[in-house]
Amino acid sequence: MAVADQDTAVRTGLVTRVFIYGILLVFAAFYLLPLFVMLTNSLKPLPEITGGNMMALPDTWTFEPWRQAWSSAQIGVEPTGLKPYFMNSILMVVPAVAISTMIGALNGYVLTKWSFRGDKIIFGLLLFSCFIPFQIVLIPMASVLGKLGMAGSIPGLVLVHVVYGIGFSTLYYRNYYAVFPTELVRAAMIDGAGFFRIFWRILLPVSGPITVVCVIWQFTNIWNDFLFGASFGGQTQPMTVALNNLVQSSTGVKEYNVHFAGAILAALPTLLVYIVAGRYFVRGLMAGSVKG
Amino acid sequence: MGFLDIKNVTKSYGAVEVLHRVDISVQEGEFLVLVGPSGCGKSTLLNMIAGLEGISSGTISIDERVMNGVHPSKRNIAMVFQSYALYPNMTVGQNMTFGLEMHGVPKPEREAALKDVAKLLQIENLLDRKPGQLSGGQRQRVAMGRALVRQPDVFLFDEPLSNLDAKLRVDMRTEIKKLHDKLKTTIVYVTHDQIEAMTLSTRIAVMYQGYVQQLGTPKEIYDTPANVYVATFMGSPAMNVLPVRVVMRDGVPHAAVRAQDGAEQYLRFSQSNLAAWDGREILLGVRPEAITDPDGADRNSANIVPLSNRIGVTEPAGADTFVTMELGGRDVIARMRADANVVSGQDFTFAVNMEKAVAFDPASEERIAP
Repeated sequence: MAVADQDTAVRTGLVTRVFIYGILLVFAAFYLLPLFVMLTNSLKPLPEITGGNMMALPDTWTFEPWRQAWSSAQIGVEPTGLKPYFMNSILMVVPAVAISTMIGALNGYVLTKWSFRGDKIIFGLLLFSCFIPFQIVLIPMASVLGKLGMAGSIPGLVLVHVVYGIGFSTLYYRNYYAVFPTELVRAAMIDGAGFFRIFWRILLPVSGPITVVCVIWQFTNIWNDFLFGASFGGQTQPMTVALNNLVQSSTGVKEYNVHFAGAILAALPTLLVYIVAGRYFVRGLMAGSVKG
Repeated sequence: MGFLDIKNVTKSYGAVEVLHRVDISVQEGEFLVLVGPSGCGKSTLLNMIAGLEGISSGTISIDERVMNGVHPSKRNIAMVFQSYALYPNMTVGQNMTFGLEMHGVPKPEREAALKDVAKLLQIENLLDRKPGQLSGGQRQRVAMGRALVRQPDVFLFDEPLSNLDAKLRVDMRTEIKKLHDKLKTTIVYVTHDQIEAMTLSTRIAVMYQGYVQQLGTPKEIYDTPANVYVATFMGSPAMNVLPVRVVMRDGVPHAAVRAQDGAEQYLRFSQSNLAAWDGREILLGVRPEAITDPDGADRNSANIVPLSNRIGVTEPAGADTFVTMELGGRDVIARMRADANVVSGQDFTFAVNMEKAVAFDPASEERIAP
């Protein structure tokens, strides 16, 4: 039976495999096309784009558009390039991701291992925040930030993103810790470890996969956010807003090559996070779904 | 006043009381086994001793110190869990010394204690491994080692052998017994396995539906069970319990019982106090090993009574042969020598050791004799 199956598998294998790989290749090319267009055009001088074929490789290769996009392009009224805004984004994303992940992990720990009356309701309310559209909270958030004196500042943006991130990060960690054996926590209690020590020494060391998931999710969401950045960024707007200002400028020549370079620069960090941590991403998403 | 005193302890979840007025006093160095079916409250009681569950009313004290509300780590207890609960991210050595580290014991002392216990349990070569690389029996040893390193006042075992395969379970059972003989620490041990309870304990508490049904030495529990539940729970195969009528013959109470052919036979009781039950129905309890072939009967017994009946099924089990017969409308199991000459379907004269018989009140199911 098994042998027969293998034979059939081998025979159908050749034809179907060529077919399957063919289709996959076509789709891969299709999805890579935008990146290809952006990359090639960001490496051309402007006349080559306006005068020629979008799909063609550059005749003269130049990094000038990248340099301009990074350090000298006109963003709004200042010719600063994207550099300062890139820094703004980093200064916003890193603490926001770190804090929301930390709080999510603690929430998950408390909700699963120190359950109290009403913990399910609290968790349900936290989940609610995953479904609230950004636009609804703009005005109340503006008033809160104003009262806290954090309007138009990076700490203000960090606060907004932490508040919004806690829902998802709690969901991730709660589900991960729900299948973590409670007997281990009890053993640690008898051994004399306190609330934070159990968390730090017992749970966190085995939380790698879910932390990767959480960090990727938070990083992409916060980095790519435009609405909060545009609304509450003030003088410290993040990369996304700057890119918009670069690309949407309505006067002068449209420097497509600079725009392309800028767009790639804006997408680069998330791309990097996926490449570095992506391997753990699926593993973490699947963790706990099957008893391993 | 014992070493570990459980006084009038109850446990309720909301309006539901799951443990009812438990009173157990354990002397220092005793091995107490809490045994009962799932849901009888034995693990809850253990967790209350450990401090992992609150006490609804009553007191638990260890060495004359009341433990109600005291944090688990401050009770000087150690617990071995059913799943072993080894920390997966730490090595065996780190697992075993984690408790000492948390209690602020300096490193040289920790190392010394670890070395002693590792030697005692013969796990010195495993100290650098992670729990994931160990076999079930090794994990079991490490879990015990983690408890031993702390040198606690009381050891708590929560079904520690139930995750092991049958052969290993027997081996580890012996090891635990040896360990207790050597260390003489007070142990409270939870299990649903009555053989573990009988072999390990110095005293057994049989629990059922949140009540301690009986507290006593293994021999007391086995020979004079407090009620029908204890009688049938302890022992394998279970004690035969059948309805009989008490009749007085020559001034001595007898059990009148109908064999398969309908003829009434009379088994003389050794307990004269059953005269008060003359003419009434009672429940007669006889262990399988008290019903044998005449040659296999206990020679020290003063009251071996013959019983003629037809043999039902015979089950040779190697060391013994079990014989099933119909008596008083119930299936009754007898335990014969392996080479007893029994053939199913034949009439046979059994020898019943009535000295070991127990009588129960049919209404309350409490023991009335001996």
